[in-house]
Amino acid sequence: MIQFNQVNKWYGQYHALVDIDETVAKGEVVVVCGPSGSGKSTLIRTINRLEAIESGTITFDGEDIHRPGVDLNRLRSRIGFVFQQFNLFPHLTVLQNCTLAPVEVGGARPAQAHDKAMALLDRVGLAHKANAWPSELSGGQQQRVAIARALAMEPPLMLFDEPTSALDPEMVGEVLLVMQGLVRDGMTLVVVTHEMGFARDVAHRVLFMDQGRILERAEPHAFFNHPQHPRAQQFLADIRTPFARPG
Amino acid sequence: MIELIRTYWVYFLIGQYPQGPLGGVAATVLLAALALLLAMPIGLLMGLARTSSIAAVRRPVTVIAYLIRGIPLLLMVFWIYFYLPTVTGHKTDQFSTMLIALVVFDGVYLGEIVRAGIQGVPKGQYEAARALGLGHGRAMRRVILPQALRSMLPSLVNQFVSTIKATSLGYIIGLTEASFIATQINSQVFVHPTAVYLLLSLMYFILCFGLSRVALVIERRQARRGLPRPARSPGSPTATAAANA
Repeated sequence: MIQFNQVNKWYGQYHALVDIDETVAKGEVVVVCGPSGSGKSTLIRTINRLEAIESGTITFDGEDIHRPGVDLNRLRSRIGFVFQQFNLFPHLTVLQNCTLAPVEVGGARPAQAHDKAMALLDRVGLAHKANAWPSELSGGQQQRVAIARALAMEPPLMLFDEPTSALDPEMVGEVLLVMQGLVRDGMTLVVVTHEMGFARDVAHRVLFMDQGRILERAEPHAFFNHPQHPRAQQFLADIRTPFARPG
Repeated sequence: MIELIRTYWVYFLIGQYPQGPLGGVAATVLLAALALLLAMPIGLLMGLARTSSIAAVRRPVTVIAYLIRGIPLLLMVFWIYFYLPTVTGHKTDQFSTMLIALVVFDGVYLGEIVRAGIQGVPKGQYEAARALGLGHGRAMRRVILPQALRSMLPSLVNQFVSTIKATSLGYIIGLTEASFIATQINSQVFVHPTAVYLLLSLMYFILCFGLSRVALVIERRQARRGLPRPARSPGSPTATAAANA
């Protein structure tokens, strides 16, 4: 479904993505992990062109998406994106957040978009908050609305950029639960996360990144029990025993 | 003072109208209202151009903005009044002169307010809108500008208020707005300058204060809708109005 082919990206002198080659199959759930600054967020942001790339190609359903002249808005409406900071529109109600894109971009009739949005809000357990303002919701609720909003265009692919990193610990579970539901429905997911529990239990594959490179790709069981690359071994040791670092 | 008001109130409110041009308070209000109405679309375009990612759009507009901000409004009035006729070939009347000067000036200043408003909306809002598939125009119109407008409100009111007061510069070129009429009245009555100018000041105050109150009501209504209130600067007229209330 997504194919990276020799992708490179620079921020000025800084080489953010180095020779990325990777394929994500339809229906696959891929978790990208690694230390901060390793390029994981940059990687998934290139998939819906929130970030440009300097060389290589990325294809989505066979279409080269970084080619000039690509219908960017159509592409993006087929890729759901969930941000770390939720980014709900504070001047719109929860329901309006979910109907904006279907009506404005998808050309849906308002009544149709309304029903669809209510069904999605129900799915994330927030139908009763449809007429609330985002500022009245907890972080976990806001993120669940953000997921519903991204689903409203019925994208075949969902990208999550550290969806639980900005949440209080007690709210992480409700968001992961919603994501798990998407996995059960057979959706394709690429998730940048530090939630190793989610990676272990839900992901089909784990990518480990450091310094702009994908250093390891493995099934969760293999990755967590027998990491091959020394950087991956170090990373897993660090997150398991954060106080035992030499030092 | 009562005598003064009784004799001159019609003259103060509308000038010599309908025998002469519309003047007095009516001219002041009309001038300010027209100036703001015409300046708003210009300010919006200026603000959008100033925040454009296209340098060919952004740069020239930035230069214009800096140039116009760098000269006093009074000079602008002189340029339009004395120089513009040599280009167009016929005399610009006083009302049009002031209107043009105020529209150009307010256009630039409103443009700066719009720019600050747009830049004050978190970057994630634009990204989220684009990530949903909204184009640049739709993202601006449906997501960024409605939020920017809310934070701009205090600055907008500031600009509106200063426009009302700036209409008094029309006095210099003989536009018969409220200050000009008040001076006429003063030279006819001669013995009550304090009363005349006190009434004139009161008139300006009522207009400006009224506008500030309207803005405050709008802000309160937003707050009731659960939206974040715009940050108030201590010197903004809405803050002053709130403190006075």
